[in-house]
Amino acid sequence: MKTLADLEEIRKRTLERINLRKEDKDDEVRIVVGMATCGIAAGARPVMMSFMTESSKRHLTNVTVSQTGCIGMCRYEPMADVFVPGQGKVTYVNLDEAKARRIVSDHIVNGQPVVELMIGADRDKTVGKGEE
Amino acid sequence: MNFYRSHILVCGGTGCTSSGSVKLMDRFNAQLKEKGLEKEVSVVKTGCFGLCEAGPVVIVYPEGTFYSKVKEEDADEIVDEHLLKGRIVRHLVYHEKGEQPEAGKSLNDIDFYKHQKRLALRNCGVIDPENIDEYIAFDGYLALGKALTEMRPRDVIKMLKDSGLRGRGGGGFPTGIKWEMCAKSPGEKKYIICNADEGDPGAFMDRSVLEGDPHAVLEAMELCGYAVGADEGYIYVRAEYPIAVKRLEIAISQAREYGLLGKNILGTDFSFDLHIRLGAGAFVCGEETALMTSIEGNRGEPKPKPPFPAVQGLYGKPSNINNVETFANVPQIILNGAAWFRSMGTKRSPGTKVFALGGKIKNTGLVEVPMGTPLRTVIFDVGGGIPKGKKFKAVQTGGPSGGCIPASLLDVPIEYDSLVEIGSMMGSGGMIVLDEDNCMVDIARFFLDFTVDESCGKCTPCRVGTRRMLEILNRIVTGHGQEDDIEKLEQLAESIKDTALCGLGQTAPNPVLSTLRYFRDEYEAHIRDKHCPSHQCKELLHLEINDNCRGCTACARVCPAGAITGEPRSRHVIDMEKCIKCDSCIEKCRFDAIIKV
Repeated sequence: MKTLADLEEIRKRTLERINLRKEDKDDEVRIVVGMATCGIAAGARPVMMSFMTESSKRHLTNVTVSQTGCIGMCRYEPMADVFVPGQGKVTYVNLDEAKARRIVSDHIVNGQPVVELMIGADRDKTVGKGEE
Repeated sequence: MNFYRSHILVCGGTGCTSSGSVKLMDRFNAQLKEKGLEKEVSVVKTGCFGLCEAGPVVIVYPEGTFYSKVKEEDADEIVDEHLLKGRIVRHLVYHEKGEQPEAGKSLNDIDFYKHQKRLALRNCGVIDPENIDEYIAFDGYLALGKALTEMRPRDVIKMLKDSGLRGRGGGGFPTGIKWEMCAKSPGEKKYIICNADEGDPGAFMDRSVLEGDPHAVLEAMELCGYAVGADEGYIYVRAEYPIAVKRLEIAISQAREYGLLGKNILGTDFSFDLHIRLGAGAFVCGEETALMTSIEGNRGEPKPKPPFPAVQGLYGKPSNINNVETFANVPQIILNGAAWFRSMGTKRSPGTKVFALGGKIKNTGLVEVPMGTPLRTVIFDVGGGIPKGKKFKAVQTGGPSGGCIPASLLDVPIEYDSLVEIGSMMGSGGMIVLDEDNCMVDIARFFLDFTVDESCGKCTPCRVGTRRMLEILNRIVTGHGQEDDIEKLEQLAESIKDTALCGLGQTAPNPVLSTLRYFRDEYEAHIRDKHCPSHQCKELLHLEINDNCRGCTACARVCPAGAITGEPRSRHVIDMEKCIKCDSCIEKCRFDAIIKV
């Protein structure tokens, strides 16, 4: 026997799973992971899975995780772009599973982009090798 | 619970199932497994997307990429490119004729969907119809919860009356008033019936709702039961709809499991249960009194009204009977209010209507548009117009009970009353488009042939009258029409309309009357000149070979009847006595020398 509260529970739980089929996604946060050969070789798949499980754990129904090809900066892979509505794009580089979890909690949940993981943040340390 | 980053929605409606969507799903699942993506991507079988012409149809979310005519082997490419590497497979993306496939084009940018407003079909192609949780996620059973806890039965009826919802099965009777009549009927035991005996040739909107969103119908029937005071319902569905029946059965058992059907629903005093009855396919069983007689186990024959079903219906008890599409609108009205529903459509016909587009039209399929949309928009913008550059001639609406609407009336808004004014009717929503090659007399004959077959034989006007009309039409199309045949047809038609027992007989002459009204000249050409202007009636067809003939002898060699003679390199002739009008010579001729006159 289900009550109205049970129904609401089922509604929320299922909506998390199928929300990405809704048409009006004004508040949609998109995480786009680079999944070309270079990204996959550098470990993009576990990073993407980490984004997905973390979003799911936190019941973030407005987050979609999708993938894209190579944008030409293969040395920074695994990379991901995060689009929060009204805030433009933030590109994160050299990711791993723990960093992905941190991006979800700091940037998406708390609205604080993780500056030290962004592209360009490590300019002084790694880019000093004469690349840029 | 697994979180999937992407969903592949494969259409599991009857149209796409017959073009191979089941195998396609298996292939997707196998491919995902092979590529190790089965935990990231889920494959979902949904109801009909409406664009059956382009089936099997696949939508990949979150991008909303719309793939059409996806063959089994294309699944490999979609998995490999789109899901593994994130590159949309452009050449499989649906595109309108003459335009480049665009990768980023979403569903709502396509002409076919742009003019549509999907209410009754809102979940079709979006949810998995075999999973009650997905229906609940999209606000399913919320209307029932609201009604049971916050509304009195008479509030439900009042809201429905205010919404102005009218019966979508054809007649357009106000649904709220129907419910009120049944609610006011004295009696302890009452029944709710869903009419899913969709019998019009070419109509399949009810099937799609049952296949794509069965819970919406269950929820609406429960709402109706609560409003009128009934605790039992029947869904009368054609046995020819196996997928719909199967999904209804699954839906009912899932709803029972959740306590959304049965005793004390949602912890309240309200109890309701449902049964499915399979119809054997007689057209007359779509008529409400015949349908109820059939549920009782008797031969499906109509009864005179009154008494109306609301007073004395199934098993002699007060009953409320509505069509599938009508029910599908109800939960959303209860949830969003009467004013919301009235904001769509027209004053006299609020809301939307689903149409099954068929015949000579590019986008065969299912469309739902706001009432008041002109026929022209439905046929040319949504439907994509007439294929092969042919000219539009007429559209037949309302099936065997409706009529033909000519090109001059294409801008008439679609409403119950406006269609009746021009001699047709809404009917259940079949729309058969006819082009210049269709003979209107033959179309009238086709529909009458159908009603003669389907007449149950209980009353004389229908049993004998329609047969006499058919005989006259057969005479006309075979070149034996007589001068006063048109008057005889009109006379018979009027008396059948006035005297037949049920809706089937009363509306059976409509196809003849409406074609007589708008295409009388075609009847006259058949009768007086023994000529079919559309060259469709074989008996009246004459073939001629004109000066284009080079005497290549190709036609003479292909003719199975030996009707064509002539010397090589000189003009041939056809002997119409021998000709069987098989058209083989016309197909063979490379010089367009053989013409129909």
